[in-house]
Amino acid sequence: MSDLPLHRQLGLTDSENELIPRLIGRDPSPAELMMFSLMWSEHCSYKHSKPVLRRFPTSGERVLQGPGENAGAVDVGGGLAVALKVESHNHPSAVEPFEGAATGVGGIVRDILAVGAKPVALLNSLRFGELSSARSRHLFARAVKGIGTYGNCIGVPTVGGEIMFDDRYEDSCLVNAMCVGVVGHGDMLSCAARTPGNPLVLIGNRTGRDGIGGASILASAELGDDDADKRPSVQVGDPFTERKLIDCCLELAAEGLFVAFQDLGAAGLTSAASEMAAKGGRGLDIDLDLVPLREEGMPAPEILVSESQERMLAEVLPADVQRVREICTRWQLDATVIGHVTDTGHFVARHRGEVVADIPAAALTDDAPVYGVEPQSQALPAPIDLASVPAPEDLRAAWVSMLRRPNLGSARWVYQQYDHLVGANTIVRPGGDAAVVRLPGRHDAIAVTTDCRPRHCEVDPRAGGKATAFEAARNLACTGARPIAASDCLNFANPEKGPTAWRLVEVVEGLSLALEALGVPVVSGNVSLYNESPARAIYPTPVVGMVGRIDNAGKAVRIGFRNDGDLVLLLGDGVPRLDASEYLGRAEGRPPEPDADEEVALIDLLIRAAEAGLLESAHDVSDGGIALAVTESAITGGRGCQVTLPSGRRADEDLFGEGGARVLVSCRPSALPGLLEMAGMVNAAPIGLVTGDEVRVTVAGETLALGLDEARDAYEAAIPGALA
Amino acid sequence: MSVAVVRFPGSLDHDSAARAVVAAGGTATFAWQDDAELPPGTDAVLIPGGFSYGDHLRPGAIASRAPIMDAVRRHAGAGGRVLGICNGFQVLCEAGLLPGALRPNATLSFVCRQVQLDVADGSTILTRGMGATMSVPIKNHDGAWYGDPAAARVVFRYRGENPLGSTDAVAGVANARGNVVGLMPHPEEAVDPLLGSTDGLPLFRALASRA
Repeated sequence: MSDLPLHRQLGLTDSENELIPRLIGRDPSPAELMMFSLMWSEHCSYKHSKPVLRRFPTSGERVLQGPGENAGAVDVGGGLAVALKVESHNHPSAVEPFEGAATGVGGIVRDILAVGAKPVALLNSLRFGELSSARSRHLFARAVKGIGTYGNCIGVPTVGGEIMFDDRYEDSCLVNAMCVGVVGHGDMLSCAARTPGNPLVLIGNRTGRDGIGGASILASAELGDDDADKRPSVQVGDPFTERKLIDCCLELAAEGLFVAFQDLGAAGLTSAASEMAAKGGRGLDIDLDLVPLREEGMPAPEILVSESQERMLAEVLPADVQRVREICTRWQLDATVIGHVTDTGHFVARHRGEVVADIPAAALTDDAPVYGVEPQSQALPAPIDLASVPAPEDLRAAWVSMLRRPNLGSARWVYQQYDHLVGANTIVRPGGDAAVVRLPGRHDAIAVTTDCRPRHCEVDPRAGGKATAFEAARNLACTGARPIAASDCLNFANPEKGPTAWRLVEVVEGLSLALEALGVPVVSGNVSLYNESPARAIYPTPVVGMVGRIDNAGKAVRIGFRNDGDLVLLLGDGVPRLDASEYLGRAEGRPPEPDADEEVALIDLLIRAAEAGLLESAHDVSDGGIALAVTESAITGGRGCQVTLPSGRRADEDLFGEGGARVLVSCRPSALPGLLEMAGMVNAAPIGLVTGDEVRVTVAGETLALGLDEARDAYEAAIPGALA
Repeated sequence: MSVAVVRFPGSLDHDSAARAVVAAGGTATFAWQDDAELPPGTDAVLIPGGFSYGDHLRPGAIASRAPIMDAVRRHAGAGGRVLGICNGFQVLCEAGLLPGALRPNATLSFVCRQVQLDVADGSTILTRGMGATMSVPIKNHDGAWYGDPAAARVVFRYRGENPLGSTDAVAGVANARGNVVGLMPHPEEAVDPLLGSTDGLPLFRALASRA
């Protein structure tokens, strides 16, 4: 490796290396070359995904801040905005799962903090190889521990997320984190540098040697055999400092002391400074000798690109420096003036009296070459031939074994390790379709979820993209929330390969079509490419984080059955199929393409029915089909039921088939006429009632019964059993 | 009645604890760890949950030596009411104001879930308004109380199980006089029907009461 020229070692291509002198008018110094290599990495520059990302709908009447800042934000009424963003920390987590996942949480929280918002909810979307693999068990357990250790200590409730295990993630696990925050309209902050002469204050942790080259070495290349050698590129988290940083920065923001504000994430000071400068059309002049270091003698390039955590950079007025220092001192945090804003447009870094970097900021942030991906379209597979899927001899045993699958069983083992309550605003806790968090000091609430349909995206990316967005919206609507904004994290394999490029383009098209139909804008996002090894590439995994709003937190609907004698109904027109289902366990066949009109009508019905108080419970029919949905509603509510499934082609398809817009609800008998009338064109089929202490399901003339205790034991054992 | 909520770097539940005090009819003020005295007019003290000092050394160990704790000791010594929740309980044990110590949970993991408690001693000035049982959440990593239950005044026990592996299923204890109470579960998360339980309210009423 050391025989390669420096630019290749740093991850720059030959043509990128030739472009740099043309942009800055001379050969770059080694420090400058390193800065370009990081800022032009896929993680920072989106050089392979930028043209694709332009497809997303990003506008809407609620949008206060779209993509481009640290986080997007939408209006939730009463002068309050909700900020949201999803981000990946996949490659660090594959190399060192505890710190990788922990610092993923820290980073996304600082993105929310950077727009002036108070973080109020965290979610995590996790994908690993099968738990039969010792490596995946290790990565999964340590990543969960890392998320908990960091998230619990910073006082932001981790309220939701999703988990999936599949061999396709064996070599490239996915650890995506989402944070949601709240901020008054007038209090939102920008990273754009404003006034030449204003000092720049670095707040928080000292700068060390952790995370050198994280964005380029880790985040923007395929993983391979030398991954252990990359551990020094993983950052190390300090959640106690993060908590102090949250308290301190919210206090500074409340006093109006920030002119511009930015977190130090991937590519550290280089990225923070160049983005502040480029966004504001200004320059920044920074003296690296003033940066507080953890160890003596760090060379300038390392100070410039270190990804040490828990650091923020602020532009403040000269007269306010003293007050900023006072508040930071009370929070036991360093606050150091390290430079000032200029009018040159250049990012200038000095070290020991010499200029070590002098680059037009925009060259770093905007001039990375953009590569058109070359999609190579793939034939869509035929729908699955049911005759090729052996029918189970014992349907009841198949049902119980489904409950025991880590992909379907309870995620309690995970969320019980997370503080999902801190703040005393968690109205609907993890374990349902979406969590509901009351807005601080108000009667309304937000619902939050992350979702993805990777196997569907693999076999039919456009339809899978649609299914992903509709499922997220349906999950929110099941609590009674109206979807208002989305953030996305596009996890893909190597986009330089034609079939992957095609899947990327098609998934984004599908997501966009569905989000347009829903009227939900994408206000922020992140891209994680190159998630493949020589042996395996991940499924296309476009994780959608979505936020919805409920007028009255007290009307939030949960998934559990509530009263004996309530009626059970199946809402929606989706048709269950085994194609690419969890029952099949493989990305084969072709599920039906979601029908936008049906999806939107069902979502609208759920929201109106919840507002009218007609629903006792609502649960999305998703992975595992109606068998899973009905069992979860029963277990969660501690009440059995008797239902008869609409007749389909084969009993296992009726029970475990997935597909499209279907939601299992229960209502008081007195509410039925109102619900049926409200349903209008949406299919609303009464299928049974809540009763007894077993789940009785009649399908294709056969009646299966499962006691609540046996069902709960199987469901709760899914993940602990696989880890034991 | 005015309740001083003590904040340390890393405190997390001070706002929800203060809201619970207000919901119980009291008023809440904040005291900072560096303060030499409690705020003027303080009637009772509440040490909320969180990760003071990031749980460095041992949970509560550093906070128990903060300047404000001398004022809390004087307040408790004069018979004033003190309630410690979760990390606040750990701080009070580390400060020697309550007996026993909090060890890592038997699961060796953080545990966040709803539990049922028996009110084992309803005769202290802080627990006397409570029902026989309460539904509250726990959320901690080091919540297994260890000590001599015969020598301590046990006020709360986990009902029907021992989720953290504490001695004798102890969830909370009082000092001999009954004016200082600490518990691992979070009553401030149980003061509102929307949160699923209001069983925590009597504890805050007792804390904020003059009687």
